[in-house]
Amino acid sequence: MPVTAKKSAFRGIGRKAPLVLMASAMLAVGSSGLMAFEPEGKVECIAPADPGGGWDFTCRSVGDVMETLDLVPRSVQTTNMAGAGGGVAYAHTVSKREGDDQTLVAASTATTTRLAQEQFPGMSADMVNWVGALGADYGVIAVADDSPYDDLPDLMDALRKDPRNVKFAGGSAKGGWDHLKVLIAAKAADVEKLPSIPYLSYNNGGEAMTQVVGGHVDAFTGDTSEARGFMESGDLRILAVLSEDRLPGEFSDIPTAREQGIDALGPNWRGFYMPAGISDDAREYWVDAMDTIYESDKWKDVMTQNGLMPFHMSAEEFDRFVHDQIDDIEQLSREIGLVK
Amino acid sequence: METLGYLMDGFSVALAPHNLMFALLGAFLGTLIGALPGLGPANGVAILIPLAFSLGLEPETALIMLTSVYAGAMYGGRISSILLNIPGDEPAMMTCLDGYPMARRGKAAEALAVSAVASFIGSLVATVGLILLAPLLAKFALTFGPAEYFALFLLAFATLGGITGKNPVKTIVAACIGLMIATVGIDNTGVQRFTFGVLELYEGVDFIIAIVGLFAISELLFFIEARASGDTPGMTVNKLSLSFSDIKGIIPSSLRGGVLGFIAGVLPGAGASLGSFIGYTLEKRLVGRKGYFGEGDPRGVAGPEAGNNGASSGALVPMLTLGVPGSGTTAVLLALLISLNITPGPLMFTQNADIVWGVIAALLIGNFLLLLLNIPLVGIFVKLLSVPPKYLLPVVTMVAFVGIYSISNTTFDLYFMVAFGVGGYVLRKLEIPLVPVILGLLLGPEMEKNLRHALDVSNGDWTILWGSGLAISLWALAGLGIILPYIVGPLLRRRMRAVTS
Repeated sequence: MPVTAKKSAFRGIGRKAPLVLMASAMLAVGSSGLMAFEPEGKVECIAPADPGGGWDFTCRSVGDVMETLDLVPRSVQTTNMAGAGGGVAYAHTVSKREGDDQTLVAASTATTTRLAQEQFPGMSADMVNWVGALGADYGVIAVADDSPYDDLPDLMDALRKDPRNVKFAGGSAKGGWDHLKVLIAAKAADVEKLPSIPYLSYNNGGEAMTQVVGGHVDAFTGDTSEARGFMESGDLRILAVLSEDRLPGEFSDIPTAREQGIDALGPNWRGFYMPAGISDDAREYWVDAMDTIYESDKWKDVMTQNGLMPFHMSAEEFDRFVHDQIDDIEQLSREIGLVK
Repeated sequence: METLGYLMDGFSVALAPHNLMFALLGAFLGTLIGALPGLGPANGVAILIPLAFSLGLEPETALIMLTSVYAGAMYGGRISSILLNIPGDEPAMMTCLDGYPMARRGKAAEALAVSAVASFIGSLVATVGLILLAPLLAKFALTFGPAEYFALFLLAFATLGGITGKNPVKTIVAACIGLMIATVGIDNTGVQRFTFGVLELYEGVDFIIAIVGLFAISELLFFIEARASGDTPGMTVNKLSLSFSDIKGIIPSSLRGGVLGFIAGVLPGAGASLGSFIGYTLEKRLVGRKGYFGEGDPRGVAGPEAGNNGASSGALVPMLTLGVPGSGTTAVLLALLISLNITPGPLMFTQNADIVWGVIAALLIGNFLLLLLNIPLVGIFVKLLSVPPKYLLPVVTMVAFVGIYSISNTTFDLYFMVAFGVGGYVLRKLEIPLVPVILGLLLGPEMEKNLRHALDVSNGDWTILWGSGLAISLWALAGLGIILPYIVGPLLRRRMRAVTS
């Protein structure tokens, strides 16, 4: 629940999102030709959370775009299946939907985090088909405007002296994605004793930021779209964004962690998996569909309106990425004692 | 004034055609449920919560509909108070005093109309109070650190006695049951507690399932036990003849009742009973011999009605700004907010301004709709109420099951709901109040989390819990909250009984 249901994560950011990953865009070319598989009848999208959260948004908005682009015969039906931070839907997909080639399930970094931390008991990433990701919300590390820390290395120096020097607040549970972003950055900056870094979990990013702005906690860890409001009001100073390159638009003034010499990346991606046991043709159809959606103007509008940043992968590339991310998170979680 | 702008936005949300339609539906159904003899507004709202989920409504619309249900259920409660002399809940007792005599003198329709007008004025007054007071409290947001929040939740538990307390021990038992259920699930350090490897339990117990089970399903069980085959008592209403001067006559009483009720509602734990009680006694004292109180004086209906409605809007102030419910019904609404991904508390006014002000506007519109709905339609309500429960019950049961199923599409939740229903039935048979159970369930995790945070921030130093002026005042208030209800509560109840008899 705390890791996933970030209502604020999709509150409007009005920015054009120029295309960065041209390579993957090339895959989309020629996707429309002759197809051995075409979806017939009902196409279902399972949102593993209650209405109103990020996964629900992913299903509904992508379903809309697929309908507009005629990728599906009729409207996509969104089914909400909340429970265990996506575990209920994951178990359902693995055990009851094998071979169902008309069902997509919304996923995000929260899904890989839980898989890595063995919170879906007896299940692994190999039990489903990872189809593609359609955008991401990058992590930020921020402090109150009157904070003594000037930049990310400054903050990391303090942590290197004593990991208890800086206390972080975020909107996910302990060991959840917001916490992991701190650890990713601290590890890249050679901070020792990662488990000692205090992390305070709140119900959402807004609550966490208020605690930071109010001077009760030292630093905020969250997603770009969450931090926007407090950044604009000038109460919150973003020290670094955890992306490969600087973000477009109003975020272009924010330095990345990389350019400050700390090689840390933290994309919270939005994408889909499908049940195992589907035919190669069907798999190929949906992979192509992901590419077509990502290319479309309609989807670009959705991204712009909802603060999603460029991030696209599909097929094998995405599958590899998911497995790598799970390995990284598992290692980190082991270091902080969350996984034994 | 910034808040006026927000309120206007709230009105534009609440007045959107589909929201207005659901407000009307909510007001109608709320009246109907509330009018079932002996069923209070908290139960009414709990029974209709699943409807919002079965219809798959947007958060704003769901809240607006259920706020109207809230207003409707309170109004509906008056129908049985006035026509049958059976109060739906404690605050409605005062309405019986002059409402029932009015009905017996063949002025039932007038009594109902007067109570509708007074309810509207009462909630109008309280809405103004809410607009003035809530943003002031919300500005406090930044000064609340983990230690202050912990003290605040403690205050909420301390005032529980005031909400329900006839028997302090049973209230404590109930709160402990709630707190125990709240520990199920993955805690915020990632450790599983009492999940027994069942995936559905990882996120803990869903408040809405617990509430619908505890209130609605147990209510059904009670109905089945008590009068599955019986008929509802007969009710009749005369044709309405209310002149403008009649309405003018009750306006001062309504205004006074609204102001007093609002003040009573804001005080945590005092709530609606106090509101309607002082609304009535003040009228009796002010108007004195000039009136004919106890024999069907319209002012004796207007005063407590306005007080009661003022108090129920007033109870929204601590609920919306601090996350501390002031009455059983606001506790149910609080659970609803949380389940819609809206965290109540000081932040809500900045983070979810549209929803907060939409709800405030909806409460006002709901009362206005009730006024429109009830004056011409009261005869229809009365007719609908003579439908025997054996036809009504299956419908309610169906709505509850469909609604809960549509939240997460698993039958697990349905079994869970039924289990809670049986549990609620047992608790009620033992006369253990249900509201503290819900509050324990709602507030327990937050309280635990803030305690952990406070100790994290202070590196394990317990003195942080009373380390600021604000925290100390909250502790002091909590102390008062524990003691006062046991002194004032029985006193108030005795006086209410004295006045009634």
